[in-house]
Amino acid sequence: MAVTHGTPGAEDPVVRLEGIGKSFFGVPVLRGVDLSLHAGEVHALVGENGAGKSTLLKVLAGVHRPDSGRIVVRDEEISFASPRDAQAAGIAIIHQEFTLLEHRTVAENVLLGREPVRRGQVDRRALEAETRRLLDWLGEDGIEPGTEVARLSVARKQVVEIVKALSADARVLAMDEPTAALADNEVELLYGLVRRLRDRGIAILYVSHRMREVFDLSSRITVLKDGAFVTCAPTADLDTDQVVRHMVGRPLEALYPERASRPGAVRIALRGAGNERVRNLTFEVRAGEIVGLAGLQGSGRSAIARAIWGIEPFTTGTVELDGVPTRVTGPRTAVRKGIGYVTEDRKGEGLALRQSVRDNTLLVRRAACRGAAARQAADLTRLLGEVGVVARGPHQEVRYLSGGNQQKVVLGKWLAVRPRVLIVDEPTRGVDVGAKQALYRLLRELADDGMAILMISSELPELIGMSDRILVMHEGALAGELPAGADEETVMALATGHGTAA
Amino acid sequence: MSAVREQVRRRSEAPARTRTFVITPVLVVYLALAVLLVVGSVLVGVHGGVLLDHGGVLNILTRGTVLGLVAIGQTLVIVTGSLDLSVAYLIGLCSLVAAETMAGSTTLIVPGVLAALAVAAVVGLVNGLVITVLKANAFIATLGVALVLRGYLEHNYTGPAGSVPRAFQHIGYDRIGPVPVAALLMLLLAAAAWWYLRRTRTGYHMYAVGGDVDVARLSGVRTGRTIVTAHVLCAVMAGLAGVFLAGRLGSGAPYVGTDAGYDLESIAAVVLGGTALAGGRGGVAGTIGGVLILSTLDTIFDDLELDSFFKDVVRGVVLIVAVALYARRRTAGRSA
Repeated sequence: MAVTHGTPGAEDPVVRLEGIGKSFFGVPVLRGVDLSLHAGEVHALVGENGAGKSTLLKVLAGVHRPDSGRIVVRDEEISFASPRDAQAAGIAIIHQEFTLLEHRTVAENVLLGREPVRRGQVDRRALEAETRRLLDWLGEDGIEPGTEVARLSVARKQVVEIVKALSADARVLAMDEPTAALADNEVELLYGLVRRLRDRGIAILYVSHRMREVFDLSSRITVLKDGAFVTCAPTADLDTDQVVRHMVGRPLEALYPERASRPGAVRIALRGAGNERVRNLTFEVRAGEIVGLAGLQGSGRSAIARAIWGIEPFTTGTVELDGVPTRVTGPRTAVRKGIGYVTEDRKGEGLALRQSVRDNTLLVRRAACRGAAARQAADLTRLLGEVGVVARGPHQEVRYLSGGNQQKVVLGKWLAVRPRVLIVDEPTRGVDVGAKQALYRLLRELADDGMAILMISSELPELIGMSDRILVMHEGALAGELPAGADEETVMALATGHGTAA
Repeated sequence: MSAVREQVRRRSEAPARTRTFVITPVLVVYLALAVLLVVGSVLVGVHGGVLLDHGGVLNILTRGTVLGLVAIGQTLVIVTGSLDLSVAYLIGLCSLVAAETMAGSTTLIVPGVLAALAVAAVVGLVNGLVITVLKANAFIATLGVALVLRGYLEHNYTGPAGSVPRAFQHIGYDRIGPVPVAALLMLLLAAAAWWYLRRTRTGYHMYAVGGDVDVARLSGVRTGRTIVTAHVLCAVMAGLAGVFLAGRLGSGAPYVGTDAGYDLESIAAVVLGGTALAGGRGGVAGTIGGVLILSTLDTIFDDLELDSFFKDVVRGVVLIVAVALYARRRTAGRSA
């Protein structure tokens, strides 16, 4: 069991990755990456989206087999044929999506597949006792082994996920953006948990975008850029600027297009709008403008989008479209009124994955328009050209496209009905840098054509680089508005409730 | 810390500490059954009869016995995230195998029962392997097996065949007071299935596979084996239903299972009992409640002398309302 051994600060690495290379369809994603993890160490892995962090995690987890390089676990070279092999070697990945059975208890989840058996039946007392022992060992006394997982908060589910990994004798925990789904106060609790894990001799690979967490927690930082190893240095020898420079390694200006010269008339205006999740929202978005919407997870950014689009409509205040007070009661009215919504969950809500590029692109038009307008598909080629989709043809199923091309299909779907207002939620999530740049240009062109764009993003550089103005949300209300080119600290200060509007 | 977040936090975590009284689907099912018995008694009373007299109880339990046997098995596969549409033809086949093997001889009772159950187990094994090895969707796989069984029955039988000795026919008719012995045996098997799902490792793994097959696999559960086990047990339960029906009829009958629609009826009872059709939650206790509701409805309709079309309409409405209520509870639970 994980509890019995473990010597903090041991010199030999528990896991060493050497010269890992991996390509998909001839495109190199990882090139000669080295990484070593020591017992009792928090090792941060940073890099932009598309830098290869998640691929490296998947190699470590046994999901992908590297094309070159070797994996050494406790001085023994190992090749993982499946995630099971990686688990057996003591490596566990804590993903952003939890692998828990919602309707089973904490104990049933923790010891799933390894339930203690006594006289032919599961020894439920031992099951709960073992779970409690692991929880106690971690100093987590707020969780009862007999509670159904569905009743726990996200932060506690994360603890259960970690305990589950530990019960399988994990010596290495890789945590992928562990704070992404947590509220501020929960982040503090996670800090404590990570430190306790470290003190108990677990090697932790901490993948995060958030520089503050990286510097608060880690003892060493490895930076990846475009699939290649850039540097690995003790955290004490680095500062935020240096790390960011290593990560970006090129002038940011090139990535983002020029801003709008002069915005036009007001396209959409909210006046004192609110519902269960957000309150008292008053702002406008003009034609030709890209307005960024910043805020922490759960601050109500997506709730605004969902309310404007009528999924959970506003219950107070008014919404005006081109100066006309409008009530949007559902997605169908939203489409008819000329509002498009590129959702955060591209695969789940944005695309019919098993349908063709053509069918996906025409989905909204066929649903919203009647008669000839719905049937005509003559300009499909023009549409696809406009968004720059690279596919084998209009009949290819969209699930075979890259993330960037999928997102272009989603945008094409909306362009087909020429909306007046477009809401984009995390438009570049899971998209590589090249495709990102293309998406940025596309969004800017749409704005220049007179569309009003409301852009939600958790990636501050992107939000700051793209927006003509930035609205910052904090706990369901607007905390303030910032002009183009505001710096990250100011945005974060407002988002965490510590700042005042400029 | 702002008041709003604190409030949200408290609301979402309160149930973790205080284990309050929870209204489970099982409780809802038995409450519904109680209400149905009261309402039914009143209606039948107005019509000039008595619902829960000697004959009424006997009627409810007898109807519930065969459906109960099939639905217990169906619960296992549905909890595992699968489905078995072949049970109706399998019941007919097993009644024939049992009756023809016994051929009227008392000494061949045990071989007859064993032969029927063995055939059932093989069919269940085929179902399970088609789903796990050939990766066919459970709906299609078991429908395919059902068609194969139908072809065999239609080609070889035109009507009842075989003969069950008088000694074995007792199983169909013996009773203690108003309670048929077979109903008690069915409830005993239900208790065994409950224990199996709630107390054994394989039972735990059935919930896990039904809840999320990838999570189960990555946690080291042998998912294929679990699914096959569920299908074999389900088929054996259907086989038992066939043997019991042979005992009641005195011979085997090819369409005894399909005429009563035990395939869809058993799924309806399971769903009515609060088991999620997608798998991963629910159990045998609810299923027995669902079975009793369906058989009580039938008995009430008989007592009221309603025509059978109206009967089906009411059954359909009851089923839809039940599922809609569960769905509502679930979404309400999610947003809370």
